[in-house]
Amino acid sequence: METIWQFDLVHFWAAALAFSILMYVLLDGFDLGVGMLFGISGDAGMRDRMLSTIAPVWDGNETWLVVIGTVLFGAFPVVYAIFLSAFYLPVALLLGALILRGVSMEFRGRSTQRRWLWNLGFSGGSFAAAFVQGAAVGALVKGIDIDNGQYVGGPWDWLSPFAVVCGLGLVAGYALLGAAWLVAKTQDHLREWSYRWLLRLLVTSAIFIAISFAWTLLAGLDITARWSGQPMLVLVPAGLFLIGIAGTVWSWRVRADRLAYPMTALIFLAAFTAFLLSFWPWILPGDLRFDQAAAPPASLEFMFYGAGIIVLPIVVLYTVGVYWIFRGKSRPLSE
Amino acid sequence: MLEFDPVILSRIQFAFTITFHVIFPSFTIGLAAWLTTLEGLSLATGRPVYRRLFDFWLKIFVVAFVMGVVSGIVMAFQFGTNWSELAARTGPIQGPLLAYESFTAFLLEATFFGVLLFGRSRVPRWFYFLSCFMVAFGTSLSTFWILANNSWMQVPVGYALEGQQFVPTSWSAILTNDVLWVRFPHMLLAAYLTTAFCVAAVGAWYALRRVHAEDSRVMLRMGLGLAALLIPFQLVIGHLNGEYVEKHQPSKFTAIEGRWETEQPARLLLLAWPDEAAERNSFEIGVPVLGSFFDSLTFDSREPGIRTVPAEERPPFLIPFYGFRAMVGMGLVMLFISWVGSVLVRRRRMDAGKLPPKWFLWATALSFPSGFIAVVAGWFTAEVGRQPWVVFGALRTADAVTPSLGTATALTSLLIYIGLYSIIFPAGTYYIHRTIKRGPGNETEADESTEVKIHRRALPFGQ
Repeated sequence: METIWQFDLVHFWAAALAFSILMYVLLDGFDLGVGMLFGISGDAGMRDRMLSTIAPVWDGNETWLVVIGTVLFGAFPVVYAIFLSAFYLPVALLLGALILRGVSMEFRGRSTQRRWLWNLGFSGGSFAAAFVQGAAVGALVKGIDIDNGQYVGGPWDWLSPFAVVCGLGLVAGYALLGAAWLVAKTQDHLREWSYRWLLRLLVTSAIFIAISFAWTLLAGLDITARWSGQPMLVLVPAGLFLIGIAGTVWSWRVRADRLAYPMTALIFLAAFTAFLLSFWPWILPGDLRFDQAAAPPASLEFMFYGAGIIVLPIVVLYTVGVYWIFRGKSRPLSE
Repeated sequence: MLEFDPVILSRIQFAFTITFHVIFPSFTIGLAAWLTTLEGLSLATGRPVYRRLFDFWLKIFVVAFVMGVVSGIVMAFQFGTNWSELAARTGPIQGPLLAYESFTAFLLEATFFGVLLFGRSRVPRWFYFLSCFMVAFGTSLSTFWILANNSWMQVPVGYALEGQQFVPTSWSAILTNDVLWVRFPHMLLAAYLTTAFCVAAVGAWYALRRVHAEDSRVMLRMGLGLAALLIPFQLVIGHLNGEYVEKHQPSKFTAIEGRWETEQPARLLLLAWPDEAAERNSFEIGVPVLGSFFDSLTFDSREPGIRTVPAEERPPFLIPFYGFRAMVGMGLVMLFISWVGSVLVRRRRMDAGKLPPKWFLWATALSFPSGFIAVVAGWFTAEVGRQPWVVFGALRTADAVTPSLGTATALTSLLIYIGLYSIIFPAGTYYIHRTIKRGPGNETEADESTEVKIHRRALPFGQ
């Protein structure tokens, strides 16, 4: 009986982890994307308005990364230990990039002479953070060397050509989310500019997804073994993916400002679902399953009865609440 | 010569990043409460000075808060990157505690922070006040969970070993650990004191420059008054912290005391330089009997020396010894300034136009780092004093490091953090300094009360 209960708690925390990752990707994804588009646009007035769309929410968005880290630490400590040792350098780069962009965003408004430097830190940090996250996902798909529950590879194993493609893919993807967000939150010239980038980035993202998908198949990476014989693993994500693409194109054509972001989010959901279905129930394919990696029941229960069923729903409620407070087209920063 | 290996590099990196980090929370925990108080006073009295001060301190809060958040994210991942053995073994206990921090505190403060910054015109006033409170509440909850986690590492309770893994057997033992309940208030009070002194110091600085008279009076009175009220409690709680160390961590306790031999009655060493090979101090200045008095509140108690601890379980000498003295020294400075100050800045005296004497204003203005120094020194004492253990008595630091971590890799990440922080720390300090220099009310000229405008025009050198 007890094992069944633990099994359920493992599912709960695996689901909570997946939910946190999705929240992070969809939320911080758009503000990292806005950060990169900020770098592309040279116009100072446009930049200020781009920033004003993410200023009230970026901090909360980024915090989901901490939630991912600590849920992993609490519910799957072995995985936390293995992942972070394997991705030692990328994690340091990611954190460095996030620090740089967060601080730059805050400082640029206070500086006049060195504003160009903080602008660079903001867009460069956003780019680096997106790239490193994508590369790490690529490295995970490719597989990492573990032995006896410990990482045994080298510090640069994560950086393969496949990982670079995935990294650039996520850069394009986050920028796509960012463009869709700007379309919803801005007006006039900037909105039109964002629509142009929305389409370009949609095409770019689709190309990257196709390349990485084909690469995964051709290279015969471990996870493809699970695809054959289980058409649902491919069909469900592919269906979502096509709806997302079509929806984004449609919102571009008819200028449906508020539709673009949900549709691009659907594309991410499709990719994320494909990723999850390909891995489940493995956390490291062939080496470690979710239930093997889980913390003891006493830990999972302690987290479940407070953080899990009480605090998490409250967090979702007030997150929705704050987005609602800042709904509609954004106003200038100065208020 | 220090040998650089992944363990020492990881320790340096952890110490560096957490020292950088703790500076900001110890400021923002108090600042959030200060902002909530100001907003509450502004709601209750409608006096413009509170709103002006709120807007002013909010600008400072933003810089400190953002630096605190981004440097805090690093902490959530370093347990895994550099200390993966620790993470894998103690994850079942440390992980849930940190998860509670991110769920109950980190998300709360980060989300409502957005409302604080940009929501004033979009939400009702009561909701804005509530948002201030939520941020303050979040920072306090955050303190609790971090201290819960760290207290377990200092004095591990409520666990059993299964193989190599630490498995929780009693969460209530972990959360009601009396060590936690003396350390949590200690840190919370430290944060409030830090902020109180920053507020008072800014008030004193304006008083010296003869600008922002009304704001300066409010800041001096509130900052010094709060500090005067809190510091006695902090001294008592600080003493209780000493008692837990004496009871549970004799190795740290004897290093702080600095006496090698067991003494009865024991001296209080003020200064010492150790000769660790000879197991004695090559230089020391001590006061007879006072050691017994402070450790046990008697004049003849027997107090153990460092030699009672096996050599391989002793922490380094200098950091706990001088860290502790720096912390206590700052406490005494705060006690003096806040008590003397509370008399000098009494409402009646100040309203009659009598400013405190110049020497006192200078002392107060220069005391702004006292809280930061005390916090950092205290944490260095606690953490270095815990060595060579990462989980006291149960897991050695050297066994906790990531096995696959190489020296070059560890050095790379350390250099990344050092490079980055040495750019953003001076920049952040500069922007805070500039905000303080400009003073309250500068960007909301239109909202200013006439009283202030007249006052400012009357100033000989303006601002």
